[in-house]
Amino acid sequence: MHVVTFTRSTPDTATRVWVNDNGEVTWGDVATVVNPWDEYSLEEAIVQAKHGKGESTVIAIGPELHNDALKHSMAMGIQNALRLDEADADTNDSLLWSALAAGAIRKLDDVDLVIFGKESVDVATDQHTYQLARRLGWTMLSYVSQIIEADYAAGAIKVERVLERGKQIVSARLPAVISVMKGINEPRYPNFLGIRKAAKAQIPVWSAADLGIDLPPAATAARRYFNPPAREISTEMIAGDNVEAKAAKLVDRLLEEKVL
Amino acid sequence: MNVFAWIETAAGAAESSSWEALGAAKSIADALGVDTAAIIFGENSAAIAADAGKFGAASALICDDEAMQPYRLETYAALLSKLVDAHMPAAVVSVATGRGRELLASAAADSESGLIAEVIDLRVENGSIIGTRPAYAGKVLMEMSSHTPTTFVTVRGRAFPPPPFEAAAEPSIESVPPSIIDAALELQIDDLSAEIGAINLADAAIVVSGGRGMANNPITAPADLSGEEANIWRAKQGFAKTLQPLADVLGAAIGASRAAVDAGFIPYEHQVGQTGKVVTPDLYIACGISGAIQHQAGMRGSKVIVAINKDAEAPIFKLARYGIVGDLYQVVPALTEALRARLS
Repeated sequence: MHVVTFTRSTPDTATRVWVNDNGEVTWGDVATVVNPWDEYSLEEAIVQAKHGKGESTVIAIGPELHNDALKHSMAMGIQNALRLDEADADTNDSLLWSALAAGAIRKLDDVDLVIFGKESVDVATDQHTYQLARRLGWTMLSYVSQIIEADYAAGAIKVERVLERGKQIVSARLPAVISVMKGINEPRYPNFLGIRKAAKAQIPVWSAADLGIDLPPAATAARRYFNPPAREISTEMIAGDNVEAKAAKLVDRLLEEKVL
Repeated sequence: MNVFAWIETAAGAAESSSWEALGAAKSIADALGVDTAAIIFGENSAAIAADAGKFGAASALICDDEAMQPYRLETYAALLSKLVDAHMPAAVVSVATGRGRELLASAAADSESGLIAEVIDLRVENGSIIGTRPAYAGKVLMEMSSHTPTTFVTVRGRAFPPPPFEAAAEPSIESVPPSIIDAALELQIDDLSAEIGAINLADAAIVVSGGRGMANNPITAPADLSGEEANIWRAKQGFAKTLQPLADVLGAAIGASRAAVDAGFIPYEHQVGQTGKVVTPDLYIACGISGAIQHQAGMRGSKVIVAINKDAEAPIFKLARYGIVGDLYQVVPALTEALRARLS
């Protein structure tokens, strides 16, 4: 049994990110973290590998920056790490990304389950998760809030999914690709032994040639990054003799704004 | 050549936000000088197609077959890809709902087409489609272009206005057969429990959110609860008995900060912010929320922000159009009463 999860190094949720005068995205010299949504997929991969008495592998696609996320993942308890990189390829393009990811899953050849976090905060999308499932021809189960049963010997999984209006219980055959939500588990912190092991790990880097695949051309291109326009806000602090007067005044303002 | 808009349906009715996708599709189609076709699968497709015509679709491709009921990614993606193959649309547009995201990404992979996700603005330049979209959790914006014969686009909810609904010529409706008949072999839906009547956070015109300050509820907790348990109990009571009535008067959805979710005051589905939902309502009322950068990422696109907080120095006031410094447990009930009096 083999469970694979993907991660990336991204700025932390509390880190300020901006576009500098050269049009480049920067977050200063603040260290990156694993993509915040991946805390849950990494934890779930560790749990499922143990449950299935199998192994766990974490993969990152892109430049060396992502080694930090891979090492953090190993420190948490993921057994193997891999990085896929193609120097000239725009791995932010989801078709290219998913072609590399599918190549790696096929090369590993024994994968039962791929687990993603809900999305990647840097590219701000989840499209690569669905495109990997599609390229593999595997069932995709998004927004999983609970794995109710996973029988790796029988090749079956039953999960609870969170939809926009309610919940769904779904049974599917393995292999499958799932994306998991916050709340599915309590992500562990790396322990001392894990950190030491991860620090010593040599992370193999595979290219498209190593995977034996031809990369498709990138279908999309980032033309430019820019800072969101500053909100021109003058804050009006609502004053009044008592709370009722303040509330009445606020209602007047909201009626004037035509937002009620 | 034309532009497709996928009209998401539930229980035989169109999701109202889908008309925003039709509006975005029309803006691309107009720039390219082509027509818009509505793509409608599932129960009651023909009636929904007639509505699509009134919203401006020149034609509709429908599949009202039991194989398309209920929604399943495999059946829907297979048929959408088949239609894309046959019609070679310049673009396929949907709203970036959970289903829209997975359906368009899957079909885009099938035809090796570019996908620009979660766009808030669209334009056509020299025949190629350019979308403006958030990156780094909305802390920066980017322009992304696509260079394939068909471009898939998901639009953020409430970013594009729905087109006017008007009497128009009947759209030409073509009924197509499903592409996969038996997808149940791989995937079986065992149970579906919908929160009937619950207002979807992402679609809501008004959102009322609570934060860590919800724990300062002055009511007395049951004697058998100690410390943190008592705090959680008071905060939950606050969401149910103080915030919910305000939301009810306004027809608003209930949101929450990460601090409130992590403290166990309210389920994760309500979280607004970088690791929760991004909302862009007309009115966002933040109660007892300090306004951490991670929360701002989820609500700074709201049209009018109201902040109610005890701490006059809370960062949320810098984002807010209107602020009230005070105890939310006094201000919110007074606001609910004032609204009830004025709106009834």
